[in-house]
Amino acid sequence: MGLLNKLRQGLGKTKSNLSERIQNVLTLGRKIDESLYEELEEVLILGDVGVETSLALVEKLRSRAKEEKIKEADQLMGLLKEEIAVILASGGERGLQIEPNKLNIILVVGVNGAGKTTTIGKMSYNLKNSGYKVLLAAADTFRAAAIEQLGIWGERVGVDMIAQQAGSDPGAVVFDACSAAISRKADVLIVDTAGRLQNKANLMAELNKINKIIEREAPEANIQVLLVLDASTGQNAISQARLFSQAAPLSGLVLTKLDGTAKGGVIIGIINEMGLPVKLIGVGEGIDDLKDFVPEDFVQVLFEEANI
Amino acid sequence: MAVFSSLADRLQETFRKLTGKGKLTEADINEAMREVRVALLEADVSYKVAKDFIAKVSARAVGSKVLNTLTPGQQVIKIVHEELVALMGSEQAKLAVSSKPPTVVMMVGLQGTGKTTSAAKIANNLQKQGRRPLLVAADIYRPAAIKQLEVLGEQLKIPVFSLGDKEKAVKIVRAGIEHAQKHGNDYVIIDTAGRLHIDENLMTELKDIQAAVNPHEILLVVDAMAGQDAVNVAAAFNQELKIDGLVLTKLDGDTRGGAALSAKAVTGCPIKFVGMGEKMDALEPFYPERMASRILGMGDVLTLIEKAQKTIDIDKAKEMQAKIRTAQFTFDDFLDQIEQMQKMGNMQDILGMIPGAAKQLKDISIDEKDLVRTKAIVQSMTQEERERPEIINSSRKQRIAKGSGAQVQHINRLLKQFEQFKKMMKQFANTEAGKKGKKGKNLKGFFGNMPFLP
Repeated sequence: MGLLNKLRQGLGKTKSNLSERIQNVLTLGRKIDESLYEELEEVLILGDVGVETSLALVEKLRSRAKEEKIKEADQLMGLLKEEIAVILASGGERGLQIEPNKLNIILVVGVNGAGKTTTIGKMSYNLKNSGYKVLLAAADTFRAAAIEQLGIWGERVGVDMIAQQAGSDPGAVVFDACSAAISRKADVLIVDTAGRLQNKANLMAELNKINKIIEREAPEANIQVLLVLDASTGQNAISQARLFSQAAPLSGLVLTKLDGTAKGGVIIGIINEMGLPVKLIGVGEGIDDLKDFVPEDFVQVLFEEANI
Repeated sequence: MAVFSSLADRLQETFRKLTGKGKLTEADINEAMREVRVALLEADVSYKVAKDFIAKVSARAVGSKVLNTLTPGQQVIKIVHEELVALMGSEQAKLAVSSKPPTVVMMVGLQGTGKTTSAAKIANNLQKQGRRPLLVAADIYRPAAIKQLEVLGEQLKIPVFSLGDKEKAVKIVRAGIEHAQKHGNDYVIIDTAGRLHIDENLMTELKDIQAAVNPHEILLVVDAMAGQDAVNVAAAFNQELKIDGLVLTKLDGDTRGGAALSAKAVTGCPIKFVGMGEKMDALEPFYPERMASRILGMGDVLTLIEKAQKTIDIDKAKEMQAKIRTAQFTFDDFLDQIEQMQKMGNMQDILGMIPGAAKQLKDISIDEKDLVRTKAIVQSMTQEERERPEIINSSRKQRIAKGSGAQVQHINRLLKQFEQFKKMMKQFANTEAGKKGKKGKNLKGFFGNMPFLP
């Protein structure tokens, strides 16, 4: 209940734009014709769903309408919801998978400015509240004051941070953090990394190395790699998911800034293409505004008003 | 790895089909425009901007003499190019200068677009031009944002004014400008907190700052990777603050930056700077003409030539051209080329700027590591082998492989590509030699200096 409300609040803009537009297209009594499909396609593209995925969705809708002999435009709505829900649910397990009585390591990666450090702050708050012993690793040694930024979050939440000086080797930080997490018997180690654009081969190699160090130094640990995506990102998000997954095996996505942008559509495309689950979503500036991604809620809120 | 972004590729593919035909029909134009539309949308150009653009170009293409020209494809490219340039603003826009210093520049935008980094880069740029900029840290919300600006200021030896995060942003900015007046700073760059365009409280804070200090220039920082929503964000900031210009960040990624182009169309404000990397000097002016060429896969020749001129030894370049034209290009020359290219900076940037390269070098991976390997292979060759690569037989290959730590297959590939490259260079040199004027010469100069990559 609380979560659904929060989602509604956070997704308000998404809802009003995307589904109101869809609703407009699918007004009562309207007959299904070619221009209707074209309008639907436009609505999806405007929602950052992407040309390819939008076309595929509309194509599927078209053949289902034919098979199921649907004549009314508004009935199409239910079908579209179904199709999108199927895609959203297809990615795999959602939420953080924290295994009890062992070390869980969460490696957080993404492009510059996606919201990695803020997400880690909120994530550590949630985990600490659930009773886990959390440790942070400041492996963004590159960006000015990134370590300080994570440190402030650590203080706010009340969790320790393993850090070295700015400019030091992130691999060394991760190495230290793994042994600290093991010796302190932490439940969760969250590793912050420097933002990097996915086409920078040397930076992606560095990430690959960080991941390898984690695998080597904490072989018993349950390791999850999360890609943080800014919800206002366009089609480049797909390239991000693809190329980051080559550097480190992604477990899922965190979609941030969903309170600000009108579009949540990019995840449909990513889940469709990559088969990655959206694990968490950021729906506000508050420390408790990081939520599990629930496809049913997402679709429900997304299409609420359009469901005539 | 996708080296070239899809818009350039797609348009190029479309127009390759067009140029392949003798005559153009209206159906051809429609087909081309459909692909241009898809390409624009995939590049995150706003749906509406793309639609208007297509309508304009189609009207011009069909209405003009396209159907009768000998090279109809070229004419369509020209029209698409011209309209793209028009969409992005027809000329380069510079930062404001106040007649009564200090000139106050305010950075605004969503969270994570790169305001702080861009503020520092702009200040650095000004300082290099002999100005005395002051950075003002007015982001009192994000943890360590002030510290971030201070660290950057220290690196660049540019003063940073701050009152910590307990004072209101308006007070900080006011005091900052007073500080600048007292200390003779002729530019003040204000870094503000990232905010949502729909956050009324924070948008009011910006308006308060604006009312208090009346900045000469408000720059909206736009992430080049932004999607369809970018137009809404830009329109909202523009409506509230009447922005003067855009800064397009993270364009060194593999995004085409289509959304930022639409932001330009929606606000009417010029893109004044482009962020091209994490280093403090990776800020470039925005050249609409060049950007349009780059989007069309025609290459950003001018930027490249500028870069090349800074780093390339002119005499060596001339010598190289002559060699290429007479096909005497050896592996020694090639080694020189790699070293010169490495001095010029990021390989992918450079290749993206070369006309024709997008197509011809598409499958060539551009990894600095490969370059190191290639250098090692060449350095393991004898002088004779470098001059006459055709003598390299299998036992020589074995030896080179051992010497360089590479596999024989790497050497085979390098040899093959070297041959192809020589051919390609010869072609370029010949085509360009036929052209007249300064541009032609520059092109020739450049093409004489491009190595291939394994």
